Amino acid sequence: MNQPGKSRIASKFAALKAAGRGALVTYVQGYDPDPATSMAILRGLPGAGADLIEIGVPFSDPMADGPIIQAAGQRALKAGATPAGVLAMVRDFRAEDDATPIILMGYLNPILSYGPERFCTDAAASGVDGLIVVDMPPEESADLAPFATAQGLDLIRLIAPTTDDARLPGALRSCSGFIYYVSITGITGTRAIGMADVAANIPRIRAHTDLPIAIGFGIRTPDDAGQAARIADGAVVGSSLVDALAKSLDAKGQATPGTVRAVLDTVRALANAVRG
Amino acid sequence: MNKPLLPNSLRTGPDEAGRFGTFGGRYVAETLMPCILEVEEAYKAARADPSFEAEWRHLLQHYVGRPSPLWHAKRLTAHLGGAQVWMKRDELNHTGAHKINAVLGQILLAKRMGKKRVIAETGAGQHGVATATACALFDLPCTVFMGATDVERQQPNVFRMKLLGAEVVPVTSGAATLKDAMNDALRHWVANVTDTYYCIGTVAGPHPYPQMVRDFQSVIGEEARAQMLEATGRLPDTLVAAIGGGSNAMGLFHPFLDDASVAMHGVEAGGHGVDVPNGHAASLTGGRPGVLHGNRTYLLQDEQGQILEGHSISAGLDYPGIGPEHSWLHELGRVQYMAITDKEALEAFQLCTKLEGIIPALEPAHALAHVMKIAPTLPADHIICMNMCGRGDKDIFAVAKHLGVTL
Repeated sequence: MNQPGKSRIASKFAALKAAGRGALVTYVQGYDPDPATSMAILRGLPGAGADLIEIGVPFSDPMADGPIIQAAGQRALKAGATPAGVLAMVRDFRAEDDATPIILMGYLNPILSYGPERFCTDAAASGVDGLIVVDMPPEESADLAPFATAQGLDLIRLIAPTTDDARLPGALRSCSGFIYYVSITGITGTRAIGMADVAANIPRIRAHTDLPIAIGFGIRTPDDAGQAARIADGAVVGSSLVDALAKSLDAKGQATPGTVRAVLDTVRALANAVRG
Repeated sequence: MNKPLLPNSLRTGPDEAGRFGTFGGRYVAETLMPCILEVEEAYKAARADPSFEAEWRHLLQHYVGRPSPLWHAKRLTAHLGGAQVWMKRDELNHTGAHKINAVLGQILLAKRMGKKRVIAETGAGQHGVATATACALFDLPCTVFMGATDVERQQPNVFRMKLLGAEVVPVTSGAATLKDAMNDALRHWVANVTDTYYCIGTVAGPHPYPQMVRDFQSVIGEEARAQMLEATGRLPDTLVAAIGGGSNAMGLFHPFLDDASVAMHGVEAGGHGVDVPNGHAASLTGGRPGVLHGNRTYLLQDEQGQILEGHSISAGLDYPGIGPEHSWLHELGRVQYMAITDKEALEAFQLCTKLEGIIPALEPAHALAHVMKIAPTLPADHIICMNMCGRGDKDIFAVAKHLGVTL
């Protein structure tokens, strides 16, 4: 149950820290490959071992995503995905689960189109806990940040290997919830993580923030996830879940009876490694 | 007394945040942020260094063939029976279009920054050819991202780029056209930031690109201004230029922005008509503000904020966005923007070829079509200067197809 006055995200990381392990953060796109299958996956994630859930809000031009997540976005848009539709999924999920943090991840333009203030109001009312807006660096946050803060939504920032020491303190100051450390210089799901480089970078970030740090982009295997969750406070896995989903689809790109299980089995294997 | 104050000059933008009014900015993922800040610093330093400017000017004169002529198109003028029509002949540049002006500036910058390779996006292939050309000259490996659809319809330019030693990567993501080529170039850049320079072809993208490309292309307007004063003793009354991303238009307009007597018309691609849903590429006429490719600007988008493909007979104009400075000038009312359809551009293409012996690219054919509309309504002492920003050799196959001719 959510502690009063404390966000679901903060409560979850605190509880996991007390339990002596890192978090498994899972990413799937809303409406991929269709609303019903996507909803079934979402409902099944906590039971399969996801500690926090990121839901991708589909965008036609996902500049920071690799081919696997680009394809997911195309499937989702074809299935009729809209920001309002994704928020409705979160509301349905919240009717049954009031503890698992939900973070929406996407790009700025659909939010601007929805109306930034209304989007934050509706997201908070639907049970969203945080936002990751990939193409909104701290310098360009003025259109969204005040409304997110007013609604108690965490703005989770990407910190990259290229974020130098001059930039780091300022970039971290604008974060809340947790820090999303991008472990590779590249787009999602395209390069294997260099665990030694990442391990060397985490203390550099810790020196400037008390927030939990989750590592993402480039984590593919249960072993990667287990290591990342130990180096930092959490591991984010997206492309390999979406890849499992894509491989379960039929020739027309439609869900099969095995689709939900394919994703959740992958999550279970990751969760086992993280809980090691 | 309550009249809002106009800025003393419209030529001082962008501000420190890369904004023209509310447009522009740096909307990129954190991985790229340090990189575009590095480009910005390097560009500031280069601009302050006279030897940088001198080397670029030397290339423009001896390699590109600048200044390009200013041509009084007397037969077209007589045919239209109104205003005097003048053409800024940037189609005579080496590589056949205005793109080379900004490419050479950017490649000199890349060298100065110590970058080892260059990437670029291209639609019609003109910017790709210009970049491949400069990279051949400076011995830099070059990769050009081009939508697979455009690779199909622009085969001659693909072959040119390959001859020049560039690698051409067909982009199959999204709709496989210019916007997707730009997405993939940005994705590639994110993964190769340390050794790679991204040479953007238009006045769009994250700051400082809109400013930098405009500054380099302003050589067009600076020359036109001086040439017109020399030829006629006065400034033109109306400037006309075609707009995809808007680099040739910004280059012509910018040096004249503070000349209140000079009207400016930016001509967007009206495709099948601006009333046809997703049948045009007129971002200002038929779009609304949003964020794409690192900047806030007018975009073709649906009601959910998903980006539309746009359509134009010209592969160089079917981009769903427009440079942020144009969005600002549009909202200020300093520049008027209008659209020309595929059909009108094709007619202008043929008329110009027959009357002036100049085969225009389909991009400036849009500007010409607008000139054909307004010139007859204006007096004979009115001077129109249009930017003939590219030659039409690359388009003869597409035009033949539209005219039902098999080559």
